[in-house]
Amino acid sequence: MRFVDEFENPVLARKLIAEIAGMATKPMSFMEFCGGHTHAIMQFGIRQLLPEYVRLMSGPGCPVCVTSQKDIDRAIALSQFPGVLLTTFGDMMRVPGTTYTLQEASAAGSDVRIVYSPMDAVRLAQEHSDRDVVFLGVGFETTAPGIAASILQAARLGLKNYFVFSMHKYTPPAMRGILDGGEVHLDGIIGPGHVATITGSNAWKFLPLEYHMPVVVSGFESVDILLTVRMLVEQVMTGKAEVANAYGRSVFPEGNVVAQRIMDQVFQMADADWRGLGVLPMSGMAIRPEYSAFDAEVRFEIPDVPSREPPGCRCGEVLRGVIEPPECPLFGKICTPDTPRGPCMVSDEGACSAYYLYQTEALG
Amino acid sequence: MCLAVPSRILEIHTDRAKADFGGVHRTISIQLMPDVKVGDYVLVHTGFAIGKVDPKEAELTLKLVSKMGDLSPVRLLKPDQWGKE
Repeated sequence: MRFVDEFENPVLARKLIAEIAGMATKPMSFMEFCGGHTHAIMQFGIRQLLPEYVRLMSGPGCPVCVTSQKDIDRAIALSQFPGVLLTTFGDMMRVPGTTYTLQEASAAGSDVRIVYSPMDAVRLAQEHSDRDVVFLGVGFETTAPGIAASILQAARLGLKNYFVFSMHKYTPPAMRGILDGGEVHLDGIIGPGHVATITGSNAWKFLPLEYHMPVVVSGFESVDILLTVRMLVEQVMTGKAEVANAYGRSVFPEGNVVAQRIMDQVFQMADADWRGLGVLPMSGMAIRPEYSAFDAEVRFEIPDVPSREPPGCRCGEVLRGVIEPPECPLFGKICTPDTPRGPCMVSDEGACSAYYLYQTEALG
Repeated sequence: MCLAVPSRILEIHTDRAKADFGGVHRTISIQLMPDVKVGDYVLVHTGFAIGKVDPKEAELTLKLVSKMGDLSPVRLLKPDQWGKE
């Protein structure tokens, strides 16, 4: 596929690996914010290709993983309201709630449907005017504009039976949370490419300004990621800290202004609870009062069930970069993609899932 | 969930477009990119075009990488200067 294959060119990748090895002459650690990057890094075996003193660690950039246990439980509870048709991205189905998963709720009689796009959920609401169609809104700035657009579409169509449970989150507060926490030493950040497609690379300027932290926004192919690491190494070795862009074909300083406007029209900042990071001020996207007719939290009195994270699961520490997945005693033993104990093993962007899929494969 | 795939716009019908994903055609929403034109490359995420893919920029990045090693080396700090600049 064009714009994918050229950026997986092994000749260019080798060139970059040689550059990195030649330039990096001291230990340094970079965090890839985005779970998509973690999967790509594991898939291409990039950690093994880098000099051992250039360390990559995964961060909190997996929207399903950072959804709090309480929100998971409330999402499952929503599926059990009479007349509700719950729609969701596939990742949410197998995330363990305190007592069961959405998949188990579905087996027990809840009507839960996996959709590819929130627009599919709007279509279901049109087709089932006798049902309350609820969409589980999980995602960062990449995903939230489309979900905002689905609410605007429902408003244009005059739908009275489409609701969104907004668990969307802004990414910069999570990066601040990690840096302010001071638990891990970082020399640079691999910036999330598709978040930055929407927000623009300018959204990350606070990192060099406030934390003297280099950041390079990255694409998702092997050459993209290696170029990013090379640019980070250069910043570290020359003592610089700035926002640079290794994903020039899709990321621009101002981002997608139309998408930002639609997102801001529907959502407003609110405090949000993150798995692993706790409550971060102004890190969540709440539906604005003007669109409360589409807000599942307004339409339904979602019961406040006592929530408990899965016993022994260290997903929270994985999300903060404090441990690597294999350091969790459950990893690969009782917690596998077939029997996930926590969301980091369920989601396609979860670090535990990436380590399990690619590392155990490499070990044979 | 932040996975986005490049595609090329084939036809535009008001706020929707037919797009080519390496031979597979799908209808996508262009509500987040109202100025997109037929022939443009876009990134698609959850059924929405979210940003353009600029062929010129892609070419520039590939050229930059293929020329690496031929460029003059970056100025490196000595160990005692680390973190001081």
